[in-house]
Amino acid sequence: MPIRALIVDDSSVMRKIVERSLRQAGIDLTQVLEAGNGAEALAVLQASPVDLILCDINMPVMDGLEFVKQLSGVPNAKDVPVVMITTEGSESHVVQALSCGARGYIRKPFTPEQVREQVLAVLAGKP
Amino acid sequence: MKSLNELPAVRSNHEDWIPMMELATREVFEMMLGCQLAVPETAANGPFDVTSMVGLASKVCGILTFSCGAQSAALMASKMLNAPAAEGSREVLDALGEICNMVAGNFKNKVAGLGEGCMLSVPTVITGRNYSLHTLADSPALEVRLLFEGMPIVISLRTHN
Repeated sequence: MPIRALIVDDSSVMRKIVERSLRQAGIDLTQVLEAGNGAEALAVLQASPVDLILCDINMPVMDGLEFVKQLSGVPNAKDVPVVMITTEGSESHVVQALSCGARGYIRKPFTPEQVREQVLAVLAGKP
Repeated sequence: MKSLNELPAVRSNHEDWIPMMELATREVFEMMLGCQLAVPETAANGPFDVTSMVGLASKVCGILTFSCGAQSAALMASKMLNAPAAEGSREVLDALGEICNMVAGNFKNKVAGLGEGCMLSVPTVITGRNYSLHTLADSPALEVRLLFEGMPIVISLRTHN
């Protein structure tokens, strides 16, 4: 299934790695949009609908958890699945992210296989 | 014998964290750069032209630093990006910050109690060698020295009890 993805991370290198990992994982990306923090991501989504969002947590301006909370107020993006990709790997962080509205969680460092597993599960609507 | 994950987080002497610092670093390089790190046979000295650092706060307060040469830094970035990266470029500094961030995060997730009770700052990267680092740390620095493609890297953790 062709996917339009938004990758949100304050590191441009990490955004490129995430995109490469998605492609290596066999995800058919028709469009990849990027944002450096949650506020930028909300602005991008106002103009460009996407099918999937991959988002870091620790970012300046607006972090990933606040972004996910505010996403519910964006009409054309409130139902878009979000996968958090972060170094924060504790159980409480996972629970917090999921309770904020994220559907998946990937810990850095990660392998393309882990990205594939999480993304495919999220796109299939699995918990 | 205790497993790595059962080691307590709060101790005055954290020397038992050194193996976890090494493992955390090795995993980052294997998973994100696709390469293995080696242990130097002799003391691996610089030059260390690039230093990235991430602060830790709450249960453990301190700073984790990652230092390497400019050539190493560029090679690390090119491996992460799968494309050439020029020495001293913005993307090299960005890559070094991310490596330090991932090492710090991966390390704290391996120490019982730190994953939940320790926050990380966003990374800062310093270029050049002529600087002094002053922190509130009052414990001896924990240090791991490894070789990346034959070139030395140093990971150091200074904590404030």
